[in-house]
Amino acid sequence: MNAALQKAITTLITSMADDALILGHRNSEWTGLGPIMEEDIAFSSMAQDKIGHAWALYRILQEHLGGEDPDQFAFIRAAKDFTCCHLAELPISSYDFSLMRHFLFDHAEAVRYESLQQCSFEPLQQLSKKVKGELKYHTLHADAWVLQLCRGGEESQQRMQAALDRCFPLAAGIFEPGPQDALLADAGIYPGEQTLYDKWLNTIYPLLVNASLNLPDPAAIPPQYGGRYGNHTPHLQALLQEMGEVFRLDPTAGW
Amino acid sequence: MYGGGYIFDEPNKKQLREEQQHDDPEKLAIFEARISKGEKIEPGDWMPAEYRRQLTRLIEQHAHSEIIGALPEGTWITRAPGFKRKLALIAKVQDEIGHGQLLYNAAETLGKSREAMINDLLSGKSKYSNVFNYPAKTWADVTVIGFLIDAAAIVNQVANAKGSYGPYCRALERICYEESFHLKQGHDALISLATGTPMQKAMLQDALNRWWQPIMHFFGPPDKVSQHSEKLMQWRVKMASNDEMRNQFLDTYVPKLWELGLTLPDPLLHKNIETGRWEYTDPDWDLFFKVINGGGPCNQERLQVRRWAEEEGRWVRKALMNPKERRALPVA
Repeated sequence: MNAALQKAITTLITSMADDALILGHRNSEWTGLGPIMEEDIAFSSMAQDKIGHAWALYRILQEHLGGEDPDQFAFIRAAKDFTCCHLAELPISSYDFSLMRHFLFDHAEAVRYESLQQCSFEPLQQLSKKVKGELKYHTLHADAWVLQLCRGGEESQQRMQAALDRCFPLAAGIFEPGPQDALLADAGIYPGEQTLYDKWLNTIYPLLVNASLNLPDPAAIPPQYGGRYGNHTPHLQALLQEMGEVFRLDPTAGW
Repeated sequence: MYGGGYIFDEPNKKQLREEQQHDDPEKLAIFEARISKGEKIEPGDWMPAEYRRQLTRLIEQHAHSEIIGALPEGTWITRAPGFKRKLALIAKVQDEIGHGQLLYNAAETLGKSREAMINDLLSGKSKYSNVFNYPAKTWADVTVIGFLIDAAAIVNQVANAKGSYGPYCRALERICYEESFHLKQGHDALISLATGTPMQKAMLQDALNRWWQPIMHFFGPPDKVSQHSEKLMQWRVKMASNDEMRNQFLDTYVPKLWELGLTLPDPLLHKNIETGRWEYTDPDWDLFFKVINGGGPCNQERLQVRRWAEEEGRWVRKALMNPKERRALPVA
């Protein structure tokens, strides 16, 4: 593998892992505080899956691409070196926001990991089989709850629509094109962000229609980009500060 | 975790109604004979009103302890150091919520709804384990809770799992299985600190010093002053006395702590070789009752967080109760 391709794969995996870690961290904040106990448990369980995916991806970086120890890489790195999307960074807010974020993000991940089933970089292809199996349950959960709340009366329908309006440009930011997309596509790693974005829209559109939600006009709303290039909302800095608070007391210690 | 050994009395104890005070003596005799044979009582079976009342209270308080107990540890999920600890802590706190769910279901079989129980928790009428009214100040507190509070709870729950009420016993069997895993996690995290850097050791010793009295309180007041009585033992609602459980806990865990080079803030703590029982300085029982009655460092905060969660989730629960026909046509 040449150096340029290796760097491009590293960039791709880092973004995927950072998304999973940061959103997993956010979802874990619902543990103990969910609207009903069953949802509390569900968010917590999905948070563990996401953080587990991040850990596995960071281990691929470490084992195959000369990356750092995953704990050091995740718990010490500066915010500007993270490449997660803005959608993942925002605080949990209300359950409507968290649920809509989960719906949009997990469908995006499902599309991404589906495309990675054919990835020419074997460690990522192998991992994607396992992750895909888990994401199936995440999207089932998201679909059922979005539908249920959209049919649960006016207040909850309006809340879900407002959450969709707020989340949509942020979710489109998941697919911020990278400078190496063409290189990665040519090498058979994955088809590139634009292709995934189109597939994602095709997946979510009928589900939203079925829930009587209006999809904002994708052409009229600029996606919220920046995260893939290290430009973040202030929420990421605060999150990382908290996440590394204990670890940084002594990064060389065993915890 | 977390059913403390102590069943708290409600602040406004209502007088039992006439028919509740006088159970049918024949039915009572059959009931008591079944219990003494070791049979389980099931939801549809006849039971004395007092048995139902005490069990409801016991299981309800245990359920509340699970969901309130999730809070002090839950605040450390976002700060757990490293992937391994982060994942283990989320999984653990999630289990505790799951235990709450199991226990509310078990309590509901006695005729009180989950909503009514939660309302009583939020109004302060219904209690939860006192130990959660103390703050988890550092990461070391999480390891002390995970190891010692879970260990104490297991002592109590293993005993209660042999009790007389079927649904509670079955819930406890499953809970104990998961708790024993939590105990391993807690032990592992505590050992990392105990064998770590001087800073980590100091952090752990400080946490242990602060948690020792709440842990000694955990099983409730000494038998000589505890009001919960022979009847509850005979009905196999309460399975072991507070002092017995405390002694069992000390016997198993104090040596483990001492082996790790940790100290406990009680110069009198030792095992009397002749009696085989542990002796210790009596913890401050006035403080125990003060904390139960709302005067602990975190009572207000715990309930405020729980109220926030209830308020914040109200629209979701309302929507679940109100499924309507699908709207005619999407406009997208």
